[in-house]
Amino acid sequence: MLKAKHKTGLIFFPAFDWAISPTHPEREERMLYTQDQVFEEGLLDIDGIIEYKAGLVEIKDVQRVHFCAPDEHSVMTQSHFISAGGAKTIADAVMRKKIDRGFALVRPPGHHAMRVVHGGRGFCNVNNEAIMIEYLRSAYNVDRVAIIDTDCHHGDGTQDIFWHDPDTLFISLHQDGRTLYPGSGFPEEMGGPMAAGTILNVPLPPYTSEEGFLHVIRELVLPVLDEFKPDLIINSAGQDNHFTDPLTNMNFSAQGYANLNALLKPDISVLEGGYSIEGALPYVNLGIILAMAGLDYSNVREPEYDFSKLRQSEQISRVIERTCDSVLSNWNARELIRMRMKGNKKFDKRRRSIMYDTEGFYEHQNETIRICDECGGVLQIDSTADTGNHILAVHIPRKACHACREQGLEWFDAANTSKYDLIFCQDRTDDTYRVRKA
Amino acid sequence: MIIGLDVGGTHTDIVLVGENGLERKIKVPTNTSALFETVLTGIEKITHNIPPEKISHAVLSTTLTTNAIVQNKLSPAGMIVSAGPGIDPSYFRTDDHYYTVSGSIDHSGREIAPINNAEIEEIGRRLESQKIRHIGVVGKFSPRNPGHELQIEKILAPHFDKIFLGHRISGHLNFPRRIATTYLNASVYPIHKNFFEAVKSSLHQKGLTIPIYILKADGGTMHFDASIDYPGQSVLSGPSASVMGSVAFAPDDCETLVMDVGGTTTDMAVLINQVPLLSPSGIEIGNYKTLIRALHSYSIGIGGDSVVRVEDNTLKVGPERVGPAMAYGGPVPTPTDALFVLGKTHDPAGDRSKSVQGITPIAKQLGMSVEDAAFEIFDLACQDILTAARKMIERINRKPVYTIKEVLTGYQLQPRHVMVLGGPAAHFAEHMEQISEFTVRTVPQWPVANAIGTALSRTTCEVTLFADTQKGIAIAPGESFSQAVKSNFNRKDALEMGYGLLREKALQNGASMEDLDLDVLEDLEFNMVRGFRLTGKNIRIKLQIKPGLIRHYKTITDKIAVMPTCETGV
Repeated sequence: MLKAKHKTGLIFFPAFDWAISPTHPEREERMLYTQDQVFEEGLLDIDGIIEYKAGLVEIKDVQRVHFCAPDEHSVMTQSHFISAGGAKTIADAVMRKKIDRGFALVRPPGHHAMRVVHGGRGFCNVNNEAIMIEYLRSAYNVDRVAIIDTDCHHGDGTQDIFWHDPDTLFISLHQDGRTLYPGSGFPEEMGGPMAAGTILNVPLPPYTSEEGFLHVIRELVLPVLDEFKPDLIINSAGQDNHFTDPLTNMNFSAQGYANLNALLKPDISVLEGGYSIEGALPYVNLGIILAMAGLDYSNVREPEYDFSKLRQSEQISRVIERTCDSVLSNWNARELIRMRMKGNKKFDKRRRSIMYDTEGFYEHQNETIRICDECGGVLQIDSTADTGNHILAVHIPRKACHACREQGLEWFDAANTSKYDLIFCQDRTDDTYRVRKA
Repeated sequence: MIIGLDVGGTHTDIVLVGENGLERKIKVPTNTSALFETVLTGIEKITHNIPPEKISHAVLSTTLTTNAIVQNKLSPAGMIVSAGPGIDPSYFRTDDHYYTVSGSIDHSGREIAPINNAEIEEIGRRLESQKIRHIGVVGKFSPRNPGHELQIEKILAPHFDKIFLGHRISGHLNFPRRIATTYLNASVYPIHKNFFEAVKSSLHQKGLTIPIYILKADGGTMHFDASIDYPGQSVLSGPSASVMGSVAFAPDDCETLVMDVGGTTTDMAVLINQVPLLSPSGIEIGNYKTLIRALHSYSIGIGGDSVVRVEDNTLKVGPERVGPAMAYGGPVPTPTDALFVLGKTHDPAGDRSKSVQGITPIAKQLGMSVEDAAFEIFDLACQDILTAARKMIERINRKPVYTIKEVLTGYQLQPRHVMVLGGPAAHFAEHMEQISEFTVRTVPQWPVANAIGTALSRTTCEVTLFADTQKGIAIAPGESFSQAVKSNFNRKDALEMGYGLLREKALQNGASMEDLDLDVLEDLEFNMVRGFRLTGKNIRIKLQIKPGLIRHYKTITDKIAVMPTCETGV
């Protein structure tokens, strides 16, 4: 009889009645063959593997993370509430020690969704992992969290949300942004002045295979995790690094994903992308679930798998080694980098344009953060979207010092409703969310 | 008239039902070592002096196959299993004659690696030399493409008595369960066949040439001739007999819990507007998780004969049983003894003073009178059963769903009515109503309700149809059906095709035309997109004849008791 070494919880929510459009990669059929494989292998009958029913997130959960313009229901479909709800349900089960580890196989994905949401970008509207993490921080004694994003696309949304949060470590492994959407995720992107170093980006050359990914995990991710000492390790488990994925150019495999999981030992995994619905997802998910449960996965293999053909070149190996070394030295120099970034400034500003590719419009942001030695720093975002909405969003971080909180409240109160359509204040110190309308 | 016979652990109940309602009922002791005698005696007694032409058919629910599995008296069966990549199939080993062979089919039914004929021939020779006569063949994803199972069957067919193929046993995807189910079918096949052939011929000799039906675990029946290919479906028919016996007397406008309070356990099931809820996957028996269709039932170790004791100053009932109640000469006090002490049971065969003697030390430990202790025991047994019932409902409501519609409509079971049967049914019903939010009633004629349910159940079956218009095929491997379809074949066409197959199968299994209550279990259609272009449709249909009573039942059960409704108060 098979028995899981680690009690593993699964949320399986394939949303068989939801698609972005009938022929979009993010469509009803996406998880169909994965479900067939999971059912046929009898995974849910294994002692120690428990399937949970996805709950829904509440508006309040979304408001801990996002500023949705004009409001949550305008940018979220029911599927988003359930997808994020699936992550929340599995996280609850982990925190209540009903399971050792959990995997939320939910769609739609979320890691391209940033703090301000005017619509969908990169198939994502709200950030499932971020909503889950901030829920855990408010409901349980959770402080330091590490997110390892193994989706093939840079997790720019998650990076944006935790850019200024020194208690959240975000490491993203992805195909080089010069060759793939969203075009970001370079080692220089390290986080804001109070949090630099807790964002680590590892761009990988096209055709990186198993040894490249595992090299990054062994040589960079695990040592950094050792030092960061998170309360929880989250895996943004995108599956589009697979050699059969139609949108990307990598050479990862089901065995590789399972090995990565066995090394990383995430407490919670949340599915992100992955669009090789027949050739990859059924096998990758089988491998990941077996690895999480501590079961033998050595016999999991895709029909088209051929180790020698997929193997990365020596040149790729060298590039990856160099990238790892430089990211690791950035990590080691993070205190110095933060000091240099802060300088003598009182405030730090960022100007950005953000593309919403799903719906085809731009958002323009002016972000101001208060430089602070006591906390992560209060920030405000002045955001205009081509959709017409002009908003001011004030974020008071969870551990904001008195001065930062006062600054945030002052920004919120002083903002002029004749200038903005909506003015938001997300006060994480008392878990409130306030809106002022023109 | 219809004969209904239900073999229980201690008694076998036999009824004759007809236009006048319950025409006859008898109980005979069950002789487990001579089940055949028990069944024959029962039928003989119930039909005594009744002209054979007045009897239309008999439905039998026996413990034959169940006992064979539980007591591990299975005849050896050779298992040939083709898995391909994935979980190592050696984990699913059934007995010594288990062989994993080459060959692989993927989730979409594509052949990834072929079967090696020489390998199969070699295993066939070995099994033959070991005097194995019955074989099970199971391939991973065989419900998507049964080709490999059929190829292996063709090689082995000349050398063995009977070969069971996984894709014929169930259309559900669950390889380990399909292996266990196919094995159980192959290994109970000889006893099932021999037993019922003997019953049939004995009845023939007595001039009773009526059709024989077998009750299945899903509360439906199946003609004996059809059951030869699916003997495993007769496993655990006992609990479904009681549930089906309650159906006629349950309200048809709300949800009802059925509780069968026995000696060792209490078995629970759910009726939704008189339709029993089916288990999502299948029976679990002994170490076997199967795909045998079954009613959703749950069993807890609390019954009339459960052990009563005090642990850490706390009263405990069950879950074990060591013998009958002390009133009947048993070794330890039980809830039945509590009923004796409380004066609720007056059975002259029991000795109340023994019950008092048994409960006295418990009363001392709890520091109360014997009567008070007896009441505490009785109350605790009722409370524990109710708690288990609520937990069962909660579990059913927690079942994962896979569409937004299902999450949002979120149908939640909320039964308000309970029907009890079994030895102490009347006493339990009264008290459970007092201490709970439920209305609680006993099932009319509960001592033989199981046999009545057996007699009146309709024939059930299930059909799984899978269509892939990209490949241009529709297949129902369980029915050995495969047909080319055009690219515009859609869900409606598939449903039509499925209904046809279901009707045909039901009639073959012995259903009557008026009882074809067709029901959709699954009805899904997906656009298949390859290279960003729509290339076809993937359609999945599951249909069933749902469990219920034959149309004719009302003329019979109305003579027994009137069906209550939730509207008018039960």
